Amino acid sequence: MSDPILATHNLRKAFGALTATDDISIDLNEGEIHAIIGPNGAGKSTLIAQICGGLRPDSGSVHLLGRDVTSDSTQARAQAGLGRTFQISALAMEDTVLENAILGSLGASGRPWRFWQAALGDRTLRERAEAALERVGLSDLRDTRCGSLSHGQRRQLEVAVALTLEPKAFVMDEPMAGLGAEGSKLLTGFLDQLRTEAPILLVEHDMDAVLALADRISVLVYGKVIATGTVDEIRSSPEVRSAYLGEDA
Amino acid sequence: MIPERLVNAILFAGLIAVPLCALVADEPFTITLVTRAVILAIAAVGLNIALGIGGLVSLGHAVFFGLGGYAMGVLAFHAQTYTPLNLGPLTIAGTKSMPLIWLAATAISAFVAWIIGLLSLRTSGVYFIMITLAFGQMFFYFAISWSTYGGEDGLSIYVRNGFPGLNTLIPIQFFGLSFIILSVVLFLNARLQASPFGLALNAARQVPARVETVGLNPMRLKLVAFVVSGAITGLAGALFADLNRFVSPTMFSWQLSGELIVLIIIGGVGRLFGPVIGACLFVTLEHWLGGLTDFWHVFLGLILLAIVLFARGGIMGLLTGKEGTHV
Amino acid sequence: MSALLIIEQVLNGLQFGVMLFLMAAGLTLIFGVMGLINLAHGSLYMIGAFAAAAVAGATGSFILALGAALAAAAIAGALIEITVIRRLYGKAHLDQVLATFALILIFSEGTRWVFGSFPLFLDIPDYLSGPVTLPGGIQYPFYRLTLIAAGLLVGLGLWFLIERTRVGIQIRAGENDREMIAALGIDITRLYTLVFAIGAALAGLAGALVGAIQSVQVGMGEPVLILAFVVIVIGGIGSIKGAFIGALLVGLTDTLGGIFLPELFKLFMEPGAATQTGSALASMAIYILMSLVLIWRPTGLFGARA
Repeated sequence: MSDPILATHNLRKAFGALTATDDISIDLNEGEIHAIIGPNGAGKSTLIAQICGGLRPDSGSVHLLGRDVTSDSTQARAQAGLGRTFQISALAMEDTVLENAILGSLGASGRPWRFWQAALGDRTLRERAEAALERVGLSDLRDTRCGSLSHGQRRQLEVAVALTLEPKAFVMDEPMAGLGAEGSKLLTGFLDQLRTEAPILLVEHDMDAVLALADRISVLVYGKVIATGTVDEIRSSPEVRSAYLGEDA
Repeated sequence: MIPERLVNAILFAGLIAVPLCALVADEPFTITLVTRAVILAIAAVGLNIALGIGGLVSLGHAVFFGLGGYAMGVLAFHAQTYTPLNLGPLTIAGTKSMPLIWLAATAISAFVAWIIGLLSLRTSGVYFIMITLAFGQMFFYFAISWSTYGGEDGLSIYVRNGFPGLNTLIPIQFFGLSFIILSVVLFLNARLQASPFGLALNAARQVPARVETVGLNPMRLKLVAFVVSGAITGLAGALFADLNRFVSPTMFSWQLSGELIVLIIIGGVGRLFGPVIGACLFVTLEHWLGGLTDFWHVFLGLILLAIVLFARGGIMGLLTGKEGTHV
Repeated sequence: MSALLIIEQVLNGLQFGVMLFLMAAGLTLIFGVMGLINLAHGSLYMIGAFAAAAVAGATGSFILALGAALAAAAIAGALIEITVIRRLYGKAHLDQVLATFALILIFSEGTRWVFGSFPLFLDIPDYLSGPVTLPGGIQYPFYRLTLIAAGLLVGLGLWFLIERTRVGIQIRAGENDREMIAALGIDITRLYTLVFAIGAALAGLAGALVGAIQSVQVGMGEPVLILAFVVIVIGGIGSIKGAFIGALLVGLTDTLGGIFLPELFKLFMEPGAATQTGSALASMAIYILMSLVLIWRPTGLFGARA
């Protein structure tokens, strides 16, 4: 098997007496969706922050495409090919849908220091942004202000902005959150196809989506990965049953 | 509601028409008053780039206004006393040429903005406000204690500096010069706002986390905005000093920093012509209310309170129905 | 340069620092609890000084004057909290800056309207004036010594109020968790007014105490306000302890810098140039101190929040 695209080795982060992530090693391989599940407070957000660069781990390392990025900044990791979506939509609400997508292509171009030409008039930036919007089905809303989008549309735009980066790996923080049944289903179908372009580390509460999508699942409880495996393996894992259902292991 | 472009056009036309009428009616003081508004508008347009687009609440922009003023004062002082200006290893002659003075004013302001920006952008929010305010005060006290250039009393320049082909002492000519600079600065601002940099900066104000995750550095964007902003305000400072033929530490004062923000909020935060409306209204109030009562600042305070609490978009917001950007 | 002079200047620095602490404590408390940046804090300082000068002029009593300063500043504080400040909680910092800037304009010009442009004078009462002899034979003004003691006493009282009383528990709860405090059934509106009035009273007291050694005039508050901001940036926002340490650092740096830097430069420059360079640099000393702290610790010495 080839090297994993994204991997963490023994990540550890404590806040005072609370160990938020305890010795976490997970990896994400070409073409797969690896879901991280776990109860609230299990350390999922802390884990994501360490993978994406918002938090520095106390010990352990993060590897992207075989390179150690543990001490890299968020933006360096993004440039190296890490695409992220936020749990609570992080979009420029005063700007239009297209402008938000163009921000993504601007990041991908790595050339924000242009002060003269209009951003909307730049064909390269624009085509990239439009293509991403097209894929998530937001093309018709390109001139709508982000602030007046529905919740579901904002989730779509989140994904579109990440798409403009053409990342090597996605980290998605609860993309299904707040979507209705219909919305979840659409996005599930979309992510299902997306995995062939770049693998997805998917933190998600929506178990229907997780069961439908995940090639592998890791279960995080109290900062530890208690089990990793296929959907069936996780279903039958005594540790998971004990942690989730309170059954005796 | 009136379209923003129309408001801008009317304002622009008004700024040309009023001094021309004053010229015909032989009221040079009115021309000087409009020139004052135009120069303050340039300073506020500069600040608006940092504040309105970049979200940087700088309460120390008088630093750049003052630096521009002193760049003019020092260079002209050495020219009028025929003494060389000794800068350690480098000795240069003073100058009475406006273009050279403007160059010096923007360069020194940009440099200082870079240093202050590097330090204060390590923080954000309230810290940023307090730190910029503190740096402003530092320059204020420095100017007071630097007696070579007049200390607390300031520095008078006897003859207004020159511009090739113009007699700058004639009010309408100096107005024209200032007005052209304002137009250029507004044009540059419009381009910058629509450019890739402007788009990224605008996003960095609203969602820095997103800007980072697309691989851009929000701090660096803001730093560049702060430098551009400081340079423009510095240029305005040089013009302001030339208008009065006088510089003093009050150009560095915290009141001035506050007033520059006030101009923007009265006009409309983040709107291209917001600072221009604000400056015109401010100078009008200053002249009109100031003529009625010595205590016109009380009324300015009340107007400002009303705008902050009830009309966040400023005058531009009231006219066009568009809110200002959220800072 | 004698040891006597050095001790005297250290005491001056302490006195200045302690007065800055009274300002900074209120500011940092108000920011910590309500998340508000209050530029008009300097106006409350001025109101305290004017109230004291007016009452001392009418009654001749310094104690009554101090009482008046505390009361006037607290009342003015409560009044603006109820009418204006309360609408600013949770709003953007820009709104807070502008609204409180507007309050400065109103208070400053309003005071000029009432009292005129000439400075007032507040005399040190006889029983506090004159020098005292300290151990080691140092002659030092008794009043300044009283200021140091008063400032320390108030600081101690503030510590007691916050750490040991019911109101203090509520204030600390307010800093940590707004919802918690509402859940505890505490009237948050009244608590905020109270905290604001306490901060205002401290500023007013500082204004009156300092007013007796400087002149009482419009605009006296803002330079002190800005120094208090420097103190807070150094100490860390929201931290009373940080405000105390920061205030002493700023007080000492400013006072000692003004005296010693020109002397220092005289060691290797000719006297005229040394005095000028030294005093110019001294005027920047505390800001340089602030910059160094920023480079080392962007959130201040005791600050937790970014």
